[in-house]
Amino acid sequence: MGKRDPKAPFVPHRDAYKAPIMECVNLGIDFGGLTAVNDFCITIGPTEICGLIGPNGAGKTTIFNLLTKVYQPTRGSVYLQGIDTKDMNSVKANKAGLARTFQNIRLFKNMTVAENVLVGLHNSISYGLGEAILRFPSYWREERIARSRALELLEIFDMQDIGDQKAGSLPYGAQRRLEIVRALATAPKVLLLDEPAAGMNPAETEELMENIQKINKVFKIAILLIEHDMKLVMGICEGIGVLNYGRLIAKGTPAEIQRNPLVVEAYLGKGQSDSESGGEDSA
Amino acid sequence: MLFVSQLINGLQLGSIYALVALGYSMVYGIIKLLNFAHGDIIMVGGYIALFTLTFGQHPLIAAALTVAGCTVLAIVIEKLAYTPLRFAPRLSLLITAIGVSILLQNLAQYFFSATGRSFPGHLLLPQGGIALGSVQVAYTSIITILTSLISMVILTILVRRTRLGKAMRAVSEDQDAARLMGINVNSVITFTFAVGAALAGIGALMYSVRYPLMFPTMGAMLGLKAFVAAVFGGIGSIPGAMLGGYAIGMLEVLVTAVGLSGWVDGVVFMVLICVLMVRPTGIMGRSIMEKV
Repeated sequence: MGKRDPKAPFVPHRDAYKAPIMECVNLGIDFGGLTAVNDFCITIGPTEICGLIGPNGAGKTTIFNLLTKVYQPTRGSVYLQGIDTKDMNSVKANKAGLARTFQNIRLFKNMTVAENVLVGLHNSISYGLGEAILRFPSYWREERIARSRALELLEIFDMQDIGDQKAGSLPYGAQRRLEIVRALATAPKVLLLDEPAAGMNPAETEELMENIQKINKVFKIAILLIEHDMKLVMGICEGIGVLNYGRLIAKGTPAEIQRNPLVVEAYLGKGQSDSESGGEDSA
Repeated sequence: MLFVSQLINGLQLGSIYALVALGYSMVYGIIKLLNFAHGDIIMVGGYIALFTLTFGQHPLIAAALTVAGCTVLAIVIEKLAYTPLRFAPRLSLLITAIGVSILLQNLAQYFFSATGRSFPGHLLLPQGGIALGSVQVAYTSIITILTSLISMVILTILVRRTRLGKAMRAVSEDQDAARLMGINVNSVITFTFAVGAALAGIGALMYSVRYPLMFPTMGAMLGLKAFVAAVFGGIGSIPGAMLGGYAIGMLEVLVTAVGLSGWVDGVVFMVLICVLMVRPTGIMGRSIMEKV
């Protein structure tokens, strides 16, 4: 064991006989002459928690941008439930089931916590403008359902009592959590978390790990996360991909990744490949 | 007594400025564009009202056609002139807006001639008024003030409480994040233009009744004053535009009342300069923080 071909598909056991929720095939993008991502292949099972790690500048966030159609890939394809996302834009990708958070938090800071979640629920509220202005009963009913749904989602992180606070006034950790809730509100099938534990203290990270697992179980969705905190990645991810210079250099279970000499080399440099401590690097 | 009647006078004028300023402020809030064609949309609205009324339409139908006409015009302008420039530098957008403004003025001149026409205000709103104590208040003042207030209440509900309103605020804060949350940014922007233009349509009716002379460049000064009102209140802020509108209206009436009617425009722009020196983001504007 120890090494697995980084191009071979790999999902945890329980998802092995289900159709993958997302597949990237030879995905690549160039910026001018620079190849930022190349030959990126990954298969994600419908209820998998998987992680993407790699040194700074390895192209992790670029991959998120490719998946959510902020960038259009130069090469290769992304399939969501078997459907090619080639002609989609960000809005359609979101409707098709991809939601994300951002490395540098991008909440709607001047809106309240509940309103941020309601923006996420935008496409699940069905009343039209006419109803909002004229037919008040049905409008209020929809709005009430949406609001209670928003508070329900906020409960995951125990934030239901601060629904009326301005999002920008929340402490850092809470803003990160709110971003996850906002993304969840769009009813994703794959949740992309870009460094969810960045700036969190160990206790907060611990709680976040539990919550990510809870989201995965309760909502039965796949989660793909980028993270530098190895305790989090090794603790909750079932499959891990390691990216270096825009290429996937390894793929496997946490145990396999920790033993993989290529990974240790990417993180620590050559000559350390007999080290057993691939798991001690932190952000 | 003179004071009360001037107060009502100022409220009436302020209501009109507020309605128009809202359109400026909303559009600026969402795509950071100073839509200089906004004043000319009011001019077109004025002409629509003029023609429908002269052709003997019911005042309500005329009003509805005016508001609808302004809305459609704004949507067409947005789709043809501004949407293709969504990712262009802001300066290109601004110059396009000025171009659209000049185009509308010249088209109006071509089709309606440059000669002024008088607006049949008596066909739109009832004449006369009621006596409040010793003060005579014209119906047109009352209707103008009430209509604007109602419009602003509806707008506030729309923006604060509805799904589209929340989408508008989300887009104005962070377009890319809104897009990634599944919000169709283009249609939200179009909707914002439409709402602003509908308010301008109402403003056009009220303005034409107050200053019943129609000419192709009538929207320019009104647009500029409303722009001043929006900046005064803090451009991008909806309550700011309302406040700025009323403030500018009151100020104009006040300056006229003390006998300096020739100085009205000068004083308005002077006050703008003074406010901007003290509070560059306007009365209710947020301080702008650049991302680092």
